[in-house]
Amino acid sequence: MSSAKNININLKIWRQKNAQAKGSMETYKLDNVSTASSFLEMLDQLNEQLINDKKSPVAFDHDCREGICGMCSLYINGRAHGPETGTTTCQLHMRKFKDGDTIYIEPFRSKAFPVVKDLVVDRSSFDRIQQAGGFVSVNTSGRTIDANATPIPKHDADRAFEAAACIGCGACVATCKNGSAMLFVGAKVSQYALLPQGKVEATQRVLNMVRQMDEEGFGNCTNTGACEVECPKGISLENIARMNREYLAASLK
Amino acid sequence: MAKSSVLSSSIAKKVAMALSGLFLISFLALHFSINLTSVFSEEVFNSCSDFMGYNPLIQYVMQPVLAFGVVFHFVMGFVLELQNRAARPIAYAKNNGSANSSWASRNMIISGLVVLAFLGLHFYDFWFPEMNYKYVEALPQDPTRYYGELVHKFESPVRTGLYCLAFVLLFLHLWHGFNSSMQSVGFNNKFSRALHKLGYAYAVIVPFGFIFIALFHHFNQ
Repeated sequence: MSSAKNININLKIWRQKNAQAKGSMETYKLDNVSTASSFLEMLDQLNEQLINDKKSPVAFDHDCREGICGMCSLYINGRAHGPETGTTTCQLHMRKFKDGDTIYIEPFRSKAFPVVKDLVVDRSSFDRIQQAGGFVSVNTSGRTIDANATPIPKHDADRAFEAAACIGCGACVATCKNGSAMLFVGAKVSQYALLPQGKVEATQRVLNMVRQMDEEGFGNCTNTGACEVECPKGISLENIARMNREYLAASLK
Repeated sequence: MAKSSVLSSSIAKKVAMALSGLFLISFLALHFSINLTSVFSEEVFNSCSDFMGYNPLIQYVMQPVLAFGVVFHFVMGFVLELQNRAARPIAYAKNNGSANSSWASRNMIISGLVVLAFLGLHFYDFWFPEMNYKYVEALPQDPTRYYGELVHKFESPVRTGLYCLAFVLLFLHLWHGFNSSMQSVGFNNKFSRALHKLGYAYAVIVPFGFIFIALFHHFNQ
């Protein structure tokens, strides 16, 4: 038998008509929210209510709704992806909240993540950082070598895999008091730096990705460790230290 | 990539901040060691202080390097703080920073400003009189004067209290700063856990050791 029940909640949500408009926090009351519903389903329910009331629904990002795409991006009650650690917003459920709670919902805040509308932010700065070097150049003429033909120490393969688990959601930037993207870039640099296939372009990769990161207007990392705690994929600060080493070594070449 | 852009990159600034911090940490350990001798032996403290005050290598090489290190560290701290504030033009209406990071790590600028203000008081108390003694009044070298000057400063309960308050903020600054510096220079490996413990031990022993010295001389008048 389900232990789900219905709760009534108050929502304080950032509303912003478009990128140029001045936004503000608006208050909504939402009744009969099932604690079995997901947080995004709760927002769907709010939007139904708003549409029925002839009001504009709240725009928010989502896609897979199973924690792997990195699209959802909400700052809930002062934390990226909400009160649970190691999860994305789409994995958050209303059973984490109590009847009568007031829930603050804001977009990820960063100069490099401008608000498009309401809770939707433009995270294409991450794409540009990736394009600056977050790849391995491969000759696709048909004479490629099977990746498994290159022996890789288990330890390195595991570390590379852990770094590659980054879904690029931007929670690290959102939660960092400095708006730094170093956990994201550190993960992307590390996933290649640890593998023999990535070493060929390692020098230019780290220099170009860090340059692009700085150009996008992200802040400077001060090692608070908040990014590591809030990352839904558990990306470690070890990746930032590795990026720093890679960058220093590349700078001296 | 041009070397100039490498040097002005966020990582270069982070490493420079860390290296200047580690340099100041090593100086602080020396300062603490010498001050600690004042608790045990007036003669040893006097001879150590006289050596530091008149050794030409320390006076004309290390002292300017130290002054540069201090100025660089706080100027760079302000620059990074301003850049970081600009990276988030609109603040969150609700932010729960304590859920994922320590107060010390989030407020390095506050603890740093208190330590900077303390440095002003410290220079007023010791460095300016020292410069006046040696270079303005050009008084003769007296290896026995240092202990008396130190003890005299801690007669005042207000000054002793201000010193203790500043040392508490220094503790918070070092609590995050020591290990943050090591992370910034890329040190994160199997020795990290041991180094973290060393960093935390340093952050406790040195500031609270300074508090002990201040209180010892205050109550031992």
